[in-house]
Amino acid sequence: MTVSRLVIGIGNPDRGDDAVGIAVARGLSQRALPGLRIAETGGDMLGLLDLWAGAGRVVLVDAAGPAGRPGRIHRLDPTAGALPRDLSLGSTHGFGLAETLELARTLGRLPPRITILAIEAAGFAHGAALSAPVAAAVDEAIALITADLREVSDA
Amino acid sequence: MPMPTKTIRVDYLTRVEGEGALELDIAGGAVSGVRLAIFEPPRFFEALLRGRGGAEAPDITARICGICPVAYQMSAVHAIEAAWGIALDPPLRALRRLLYCGEWIESHALHIVMLHAPDFLGFPDAISMAAAHGEAVRQGLRLKQAGNALLRLLGGREIHPVNVRVGGFYRVPTSAELASLAATMAEARETAIALARWVAGFPFPDFARDYEFVALRNADEYPMNNGRIVSSRGLDIAVAEYEGAFAERHVAHSTALQSERREGGNYFVGPLARFVLNYDRLSPSVRALAEELGIGPGCRNPYQSIIVRALETVYACEEAERLIALHVPPAAPMAPVVPRAGTGSACTEAPRGILFHRYDLDAEGSILAARIVPPTSQNQATIEDDLRIIATRDLALSEDVLRDHCEQAIRNYDPCISCATHFLRLTVNRG
Repeated sequence: MTVSRLVIGIGNPDRGDDAVGIAVARGLSQRALPGLRIAETGGDMLGLLDLWAGAGRVVLVDAAGPAGRPGRIHRLDPTAGALPRDLSLGSTHGFGLAETLELARTLGRLPPRITILAIEAAGFAHGAALSAPVAAAVDEAIALITADLREVSDA
Repeated sequence: MPMPTKTIRVDYLTRVEGEGALELDIAGGAVSGVRLAIFEPPRFFEALLRGRGGAEAPDITARICGICPVAYQMSAVHAIEAAWGIALDPPLRALRRLLYCGEWIESHALHIVMLHAPDFLGFPDAISMAAAHGEAVRQGLRLKQAGNALLRLLGGREIHPVNVRVGGFYRVPTSAELASLAATMAEARETAIALARWVAGFPFPDFARDYEFVALRNADEYPMNNGRIVSSRGLDIAVAEYEGAFAERHVAHSTALQSERREGGNYFVGPLARFVLNYDRLSPSVRALAEELGIGPGCRNPYQSIIVRALETVYACEEAERLIALHVPPAAPMAPVVPRAGTGSACTEAPRGILFHRYDLDAEGSILAARIVPPTSQNQATIEDDLRIIATRDLALSEDVLRDHCEQAIRNYDPCISCATHFLRLTVNRG
């Protein structure tokens, strides 16, 4: 059986490294992988519940706050348990990604398999381009996602 | 011995859209300073717009806010159309209003259930509230979905809609596509009514002030896309006269500009202002529901904005049903567009209150100057005044309770601070 696969890039294209999720989603779109749905979001995270409804395998790509090594990719697995509560502080929206994931868990609306790739940022200045180390991580993230999804479809 | 001086800080305001912080100074047993710091990109988008074509303004400004992109798009598109002398046929105008209904429904449902309701019920957030009030949370999500369906059909995609253009739309929906949403909107109306009854039963703090309410008003409908700017103290001006009546000033603690009346004094924009000034423009059924819930145009309690938001959600669902039922296909998706030199202003009712745009354009239609005044910067000084009263009243309470009370008072205004970020905050162990 084919698992419906979805990659969602999260970010604000006008806020420096916050755009990295969007850059990864657009890079993946150019590779035109068969059967892979790609989406972008930058507003209200609750829309994710509708976006991922019916998808069997979901990868979210988002920026992480600066923590010393810009461009480092962290892999988080929300299906394994609650995310650290302080994750939510980074989102400057009223209802952020961590809250949306926890609400989805409470309501039984988490996708069967979901992974977050969080890419450490250098900064979020208005109007800035991606920083060099974060731009360099875009291809690495795309390679990780491609390999990951291949594994799923071979399984 | 002098009384101790201290400052209470809330570094990250939670459950608001965007980046904000609050500082309260307490000296000699009294509140001596209140600073609501809003980290808004200082004129970033206004600078970005200079030199761009006027026709690009709706798409660029839609990026300012991921929560209310339609509002930015609508104020931009109407302002450019005003500058270029473009008048829309009633069927195109009706479709713009329908799109705005979608944004009101979506934004209000998010704020009522996910951001504001937990305050009244004593939960730290909507996730813990969902365990005890699962049905209300599911109702909020269903309403958001209905709003999204309108945005998807008319806006092209849900976030940062792209289908609106100067002169009309790139593509208008077919009658069949619109008719397919009629049942969704009827169901959404029932859901919104249930939600309104739910929030009206919350315990509300006893708080009221004699605010100057400011909202749009027009001859025959509850305001969304157009109208004159009126206030509860007798202001009644055309939108183009906005800058003569309201001034923005820099305050040291905020990168946003604060607005005030040029004659002096702060003012209040948003759902409660619209409701007080346009109660007679609501439909009879929404007025009947308001009466049943015990709220009317005499309301001066900002905490009850949550009931008004729910009533406006009912109205927006009903209005969407009406606009779909009366739909007449436009003769063309857009009116002819001929750029020319001039200035155009527009004000529309974002979910959070009036949003003013002005553009100066050259003969080729390029933007020479842009001015954008969001609702939150208009409410900022009023929010600080509320906080001064609340903090003075609650000074004897613990710092945590005082902080909670202040944050709840801020959320009454559903502040939306543009250009928010979305990053995750990770704690990295350095072993």
